[in-house]
Amino acid sequence: MAEKKESDERFKKFGTVSFTSLTKTNDFIDYLEKGAIAGTRCKDCGRVFFPPRADCFQCLASHMEWFEVTGSGRLVSFSKLEYGPAGFQDDVPYSIALLDYGAFKVFGRIGKEVPAADIAVGMPMKTIVNRLPNGQLNYVFVKA
Amino acid sequence: MSRVAIIGVGQSEFVRAYPGSVRELAFEGFKEAMRDARLTTKDVQASVICSAPEYDKQRSPAGVFAEYLGLNPQPTFYVESLCSSSSMGLRTAYALVQSGLHDVVAVIGFQKMSEISSAESQERMGRGADIQWESPFGTMMPAYYAMYARAHMAAHGTTLEDLALIRVKAATYGQLNDKAVYRKPVTLANLSHPEDRMAGPVASPLRVGDCCANADGSSCVIVASEEKARVYCKKPVWILGLGAATTSVNLAGRDLFTGLTVAREASRQAYKMAGVGPKDIDVAEVHDCFTIAEMMAYEDLGFAKPGEGKELIRSKATYKEGPIPVNVDGGLLSKGHPIGATGGSQIRTIVLQLREEAGPIQVKSPEIGLVHNIGGVGLYGNVSIFGR
Repeated sequence: MAEKKESDERFKKFGTVSFTSLTKTNDFIDYLEKGAIAGTRCKDCGRVFFPPRADCFQCLASHMEWFEVTGSGRLVSFSKLEYGPAGFQDDVPYSIALLDYGAFKVFGRIGKEVPAADIAVGMPMKTIVNRLPNGQLNYVFVKA
Repeated sequence: MSRVAIIGVGQSEFVRAYPGSVRELAFEGFKEAMRDARLTTKDVQASVICSAPEYDKQRSPAGVFAEYLGLNPQPTFYVESLCSSSSMGLRTAYALVQSGLHDVVAVIGFQKMSEISSAESQERMGRGADIQWESPFGTMMPAYYAMYARAHMAAHGTTLEDLALIRVKAATYGQLNDKAVYRKPVTLANLSHPEDRMAGPVASPLRVGDCCANADGSSCVIVASEEKARVYCKKPVWILGLGAATTSVNLAGRDLFTGLTVAREASRQAYKMAGVGPKDIDVAEVHDCFTIAEMMAYEDLGFAKPGEGKELIRSKATYKEGPIPVNVDGGLLSKGHPIGATGGSQIRTIVLQLREEAGPIQVKSPEIGLVHNIGGVGLYGNVSIFGR
């Protein structure tokens, strides 16, 4: 009997609930495991993508390299959720937010330890890797 | 190029939990539109069925509906763009008629959101966003629009009271709409009193009262060629302009957070095709899934300059008697938002307005009306302009 081919389902580890298991950007999870948040850059045209993608629509090619998200971004907006969708009820309340790094933006959550009173549109924040209580990985924004 | 008309409109009552199956729900809107157009099922040459399919237990409802509505053996197919599905259906029907392929097409929108629980429904709505990169953070529709609200407030000084004024207006007219799911009045005090249900937090800064109600419902719009419209209809309403646009599903791929680029682009196209501008619009239906969405629509459609939408609601300019009446049927906020049926219901309101058959919500002698219908969080935008 032929051996069953193992599929690369690393992406199942992303977020409280991951809705994706197979993607060509699975190395994103390895970067998270190492404590880094990474996007991709097209080797042909230099365009940067966050969230990372495997394919460049500009070049119609798939020659990507990874880059790490470093430094700080500006808080574009945020919202604190009092209700969560199915699978996220144990996380509430939590805040989702968007950071603008200039060349790209990052969508994620604000770290629980950031005091609500300190959060304001325009403030500088940085992105750090976060391990969730259920062993899953995501990233959060904290004060820069 | 000859013109394309709307010759019949209908919708079901929008209700919390429809006591019937989806095909029976679809029949309600269809029946009203067919009676309105005085057609028999043989006159309808094709049907376009519109909804967000993840709420349905029935796989491929189009074929099921065609049989139930008496539309065999004519062709039918499905069109989906989340909450703007039936406006996209109108666009599809326009193309079918304008191409000469069909003369009369029925656009049927429906949603029975109560087929699944509210929590499941919220999970599915979160998955209307980017499921790979955003949904794992626990996103929901209200929270996305809340982020736009926060950005609008920070950039333009819009206040929670401004947003509440939009809810108060919606409720003013929802009370007059016997198809609306929410027919009670709402006051500013409801949204500011900490113990009032309407003031309860959902996703900051949005409160319960800032969010539209889930509802079950169906709508139907009958589209016809100019030649057939002349035969069948005394008061055809003409499709003057259609615009449609898309953007990045992931917020990280966007640059504007105080408005929706899809609404700006779709309205630019629709105004150009119709040869009119914002000042020519006599009555409008906009996609107020949340209060902030109506505020942004004022600005994206050019009824107000960016940041000045709040002046329109403060001065009651968008009330029935004002210079630009908006959502005088209660809007999504009070009428309810059965996703796939919403665009058709908005079109129905504008058609009745232009025929001067809108009863207690009739605005004075409108010539040109506009529908702004958004899918997802500004992922799909449709703007349609109609004239009599």
